[in-house]
Amino acid sequence: MGKEKPVIEVINVDKSFGDNHVLRDFSMSVSQGENLVILGKSGSGKSVLIKCIINLLQPDRGKIVVLGHDISDLDQDEIDKLRARIGFLFQSNALYDSMTVRENLEFPLRRHWTREERRRGAESAVKEALEDVGLSHTIDMMPAELSGGMRKRIALARSLILKPDLILYDEPTTGLDPATAREISELMVSVQKKYKATSVIISHDMNCIKITSNRVIMLIEGRSYANDTFENLKLSNDPKIREFFD
Amino acid sequence: MVKKIFKIDTPFFREVGDISHFAGRFFREISKPKQEYEEFINQCFWIGYKTLTLVGITAFIMGLVLTIQSRPTLVEFGAESLLPSMVSVSLIREIAPVITALICAGKIGSGIGAELGSMRVTEQIDAMEVSGTNPFKYLVVTRVMAATLMVPVLSSLANAISLYGGYLGTNIRGNVSWNLYWFQVFGALSFGDVVPSLIKTFFFGFAIGLIGCYMGYNSKKGTEGVGRSATTAVIVASLLVFIIDLIAVQITDILGLT
Repeated sequence: MGKEKPVIEVINVDKSFGDNHVLRDFSMSVSQGENLVILGKSGSGKSVLIKCIINLLQPDRGKIVVLGHDISDLDQDEIDKLRARIGFLFQSNALYDSMTVRENLEFPLRRHWTREERRRGAESAVKEALEDVGLSHTIDMMPAELSGGMRKRIALARSLILKPDLILYDEPTTGLDPATAREISELMVSVQKKYKATSVIISHDMNCIKITSNRVIMLIEGRSYANDTFENLKLSNDPKIREFFD
Repeated sequence: MVKKIFKIDTPFFREVGDISHFAGRFFREISKPKQEYEEFINQCFWIGYKTLTLVGITAFIMGLVLTIQSRPTLVEFGAESLLPSMVSVSLIREIAPVITALICAGKIGSGIGAELGSMRVTEQIDAMEVSGTNPFKYLVVTRVMAATLMVPVLSSLANAISLYGGYLGTNIRGNVSWNLYWFQVFGALSFGDVVPSLIKTFFFGFAIGLIGCYMGYNSKKGTEGVGRSATTAVIVASLLVFIIDLIAVQITDILGLT
C-alpha cells in the first residue's frame, strides 16, 4: 500500500474568504481504500476543504491531486469526467425536490451514460443503489415524503449510482437522531466495503467517527493539528484534542 | 482613475456588469453542443401553459375595458365607427404585448427567481455540478430560451383574446357584426404595427428569463435571499420591459414604421 499512489493529495493549500483565512498551508494524503475523517469545530474549514477537492471551490495557493489528476490543470470536460468517479454526499442532502427518487438517482447518469446505456441499464442501476441503502420501496416517492434519515440514504444512493472510486461525505449524520446517525454510519462502512471505495468524511459526531474511521485528521484554525487513529487520539492528553472527546 | 472620474465602481454598475457577464455566459453556453432539449420542452410547458389562463383572462378584460372606455370619447367626436380600428391598433402595438410581458415578469420572473434561489441555498445546484452536469446549461439556458420563445406566443394569444374582448365591448352598447368588426380590425393594422410589436416580445421574454435566472442563480443568505431574489427579479424585469419598449418605439419611429 505504501508504494501505491495516493487517491487524494492536498499540498500546501491556502484558502481565504476576504480576511477570513480558512485553510493555511494545509497538506494531507489519502490512500486507496482508506476511510479518513476530518474532524474540527464548526467554521474550521472542513467543508471548504472537500469543496476544494471536488473543485466546487478553488484554492488560493497549493495543489490538489485527485485520482492522479492535478485538478487545477483540468478543463471543464475533464473535471466532469473526474467527478463521475467521485460520489459526494451533501450535509443538506441536496436532493432535487421537484424530482422523484428515481429521477434523482437517474440524474447523474444523464451526463455520463449514453441514451442507449440509460435505456438498458438505468432501471437496474437505480434499483441496485436503492437496495444498497435499503429503500427500494421509495423509488416513486418525492423527497418531501421522506424522513430525514431516508433522505440521507437516498442522497447516499445517488452518490453511489456511478460506482465511485472516492466518496466524500460532508457531515453525514448532522441533524439525525442518534439511532439513525448510527445506522447511516454503519451503512457508510458497508457501502465502502461493497464498492471498495476510498472515503473522506467530514464530521464532528464522535460515534460516526468511531464507526467509520481508519484515520482522523484534526483541523484547527485551518491547519492539520493532529493525524492519528481514533483510538490514539482518544488517549491523548492534549487539551485541544480532549475538547472533542470530553 | 477612470472609475474615480466617472464613479462607475458603484453597486449599481457592478450589478449591471454582472448581469452582462451572465448574459455573455448564456450565449457562450448556448453555442456549445449537447443542449438540454427535454428540460427546454418541460420549461416551455411550465412557462407557457401555466401562464396561459392568467394572460388570457387579463387580455380579455383589457380588450373589453379599453373598448367600453374609449367609446364615449369617439361618440363625442362622431367617430364611433372607428372604434374597432382604434382598439386594434392600441392593443396590438402596445397594450397587449406590454401587459403580457408585465404579467410574465411577475409570474415567470418571480417563479424562476424563487426556484433557482431555493436550489442554490439548498445546494441542489452544487449537487448538479458535482454530478458532472452543467447546471448553467440545464437550468439557465433552458429557462431563458423557454421564456424567449413563450412570451411571444403568449403575447400573440393575448392579442387575439383582447381583440375578441374588444368585439364584445363594441357590442355592449353598439351593434357591429362579427365580419365588419374583423374587417375593420385587420384593415387598420399594417406590417409596421404587427411585426415590430411581435419582435419586441422576444426581447421581453429574454429579459424576463435572464433576470429571473440571474437573481435565482446568484441567490445568497438562505431563505431570506430566496425571497429577495424573487422580488428583485420582478422589479428589474418589469423595469427592463419598459426600457426595451421605449427603445423599440424609438427604433420603429426611426425606421418609419409608425
